[in-house]
Amino acid sequence: MTGQDLSLTLLPQETHMGDAIIEVRNLSHAYGDVLAVDTIRFSVDRGEIFAFLGPNGAGKSTVINVLITLLAIQAGEVRIAGHDVRTAPDMVRRSIGIVFQEVTLDRDMTVWEILEFHGRLYNLPRQERRRRIDELLGLVELEEKRDARTKELSGGMKRRLEIARGLMTRPQVLFLDEPTIGLDPQTRIRMWEYLREVNRAGTTIFLTTHYMDEADHLSNRISIIDHGRIIVTGTPLALKNGLGEDVMYVETSDTAGTEDVLGSLAYVRDVRQKRNGTVFTVTEDGTRVLPAIMDAIRSRGIAVTAVNLKKPSMDDVFVHYTGRDLRDEGAQKWGAGRGRSR
Amino acid sequence: MGGRTGAIPMNVGFATVYWRDMLRFFRFKTLLVSSLVQPALWMAFFGVAMSSNFDRLSARFTPGAGIEQIGYLTFMGAGVIAMTTLFTSLFGGVVILFDKNWGLMREIFASPLPRTHIVLGIGLSGVTKAWIQSIIIMVFGLILGVRFFSGYTGVETAIAVLGILAFVGTFALGFLFLSATIAVSMESPEGLQGIITLLTLPIFFTSNALYPTTAFPPFLQALAVANPLTHLINGIRYFAIGSSFSAIGIEFVYTPQIILASYLVLLGFCVGMFLLSRWAFNRAVVT
Repeated sequence: MTGQDLSLTLLPQETHMGDAIIEVRNLSHAYGDVLAVDTIRFSVDRGEIFAFLGPNGAGKSTVINVLITLLAIQAGEVRIAGHDVRTAPDMVRRSIGIVFQEVTLDRDMTVWEILEFHGRLYNLPRQERRRRIDELLGLVELEEKRDARTKELSGGMKRRLEIARGLMTRPQVLFLDEPTIGLDPQTRIRMWEYLREVNRAGTTIFLTTHYMDEADHLSNRISIIDHGRIIVTGTPLALKNGLGEDVMYVETSDTAGTEDVLGSLAYVRDVRQKRNGTVFTVTEDGTRVLPAIMDAIRSRGIAVTAVNLKKPSMDDVFVHYTGRDLRDEGAQKWGAGRGRSR
Repeated sequence: MGGRTGAIPMNVGFATVYWRDMLRFFRFKTLLVSSLVQPALWMAFFGVAMSSNFDRLSARFTPGAGIEQIGYLTFMGAGVIAMTTLFTSLFGGVVILFDKNWGLMREIFASPLPRTHIVLGIGLSGVTKAWIQSIIIMVFGLILGVRFFSGYTGVETAIAVLGILAFVGTFALGFLFLSATIAVSMESPEGLQGIITLLTLPIFFTSNALYPTTAFPPFLQALAVANPLTHLINGIRYFAIGSSFSAIGIEFVYTPQIILASYLVLLGFCVGMFLLSRWAFNRAVVT
């Protein structure tokens, strides 16, 4: 049991047809008696940006560590770019780039030396190394910092340098473990731009995050993972639509009459009066039922003066599937117990 | 697209680790200077102080005919080279612990570089440092009045220096492998420090660095014979002073067979430590 795959059931036009570049089958991993990853199954297609969304301690890092060959696989099967992590770890290593969760830069080496060292680790020929360093420093806009030691860089620059390092070997897949942790909002958004650019150039991206908005804005598909299991997988839009719980707000000339009309509609729930209008949720796709609701209200001779429709956010999705807010961050404040009640 | 990697054979991977470690060695100026000045201070203070005492005592003995009597400073000069090499090498693996704790080791462990190349790279950079230090001690010692290579021709001196460097290099490599093994298996720098201190003292004081071991009780004497430091010092004294000499009233005779045996002990130690570190690195998990 690995959760639903909403990308197939809800949005047929977005079925992923490309060849899988990451295939994970029944992956389990235990630390002593503690099962951190429990028979996980998923695949990532070539060219995708795929996000693992979940609270800290959900098992995201364990999965990524097995995928990048830092942890020996215990049970299940993982293939990356066609290579089995169990039997051909070196081939896997040559196919991937990695940006680790914490900064892993030698403080006393220069930007250039960091990249040179990495290129040498992977045995890139000298000329190739030098050429890629020039290219990548351009991509992440660090040409000016070429000879600066990494301890002199800002948090965002360090992250960019690490992305450049991850790309030195022209990987087919770039793995990023919490790529924007500890960065300020503007830097995060710029980081997403870099990652999109990298992705457009043909690199598949696998990232873990516990930021809802990051998963939402950046990725083509998301798996929500908690307690070592994948709970649900889908495109951000499909996941949000999948809740079927859009919130609507109307202002009309007759509040009582409106409430009466709404009460007669089967897909309307939780009708509440506000100072100037009425708030309610619908259990179907709001964009599709909105015209019918308007018609029903107008047919009673009530004038509609304002309408608002709010789609669920990734926060709502997360709370819906896990039954709680993200454990430790609490960055996203969010209103009383919706989602859970259903 | 596609992960194209170079056609260079993998067997130069250790050069990358070596390059980075040397880069750091020359970048940290205080560390560089202190690692060079410290052995010189040993010679200048301990050596001069001790030799002024010992030389007065040993002046009463008259060595046999044809045996050269050497001063204490010359005697312990070999010990200071050996001691410095021991300390530097045992601490040489610390960089691995720091890399591990700072997450830098993950980059290397996740790369196709065979893990033995990490050990080899750190080992060779440690040997380079030990050689630099040894040469500085020899030069400084000669200035202070250590009578190394006395009566040697230029060629003989060159051969003697090469011989010393061979002994120092093999010894250093063995202890660097040991140090790397401990470092990769430890979690905290404090623990590493503790273990290294625990190792240095017995190794240093059961050797013939500062005094002859002939007067040791049998138990200590057995330790001295098993002690790689003793064998390193045998080699250094043989090449720097000669095959027979007298110091502190005791005659030393080193036949080429003894020296060869000493070198083989060091070589065996080095190979053993390499196998140990290979095992430790291949089973190490860094996440």
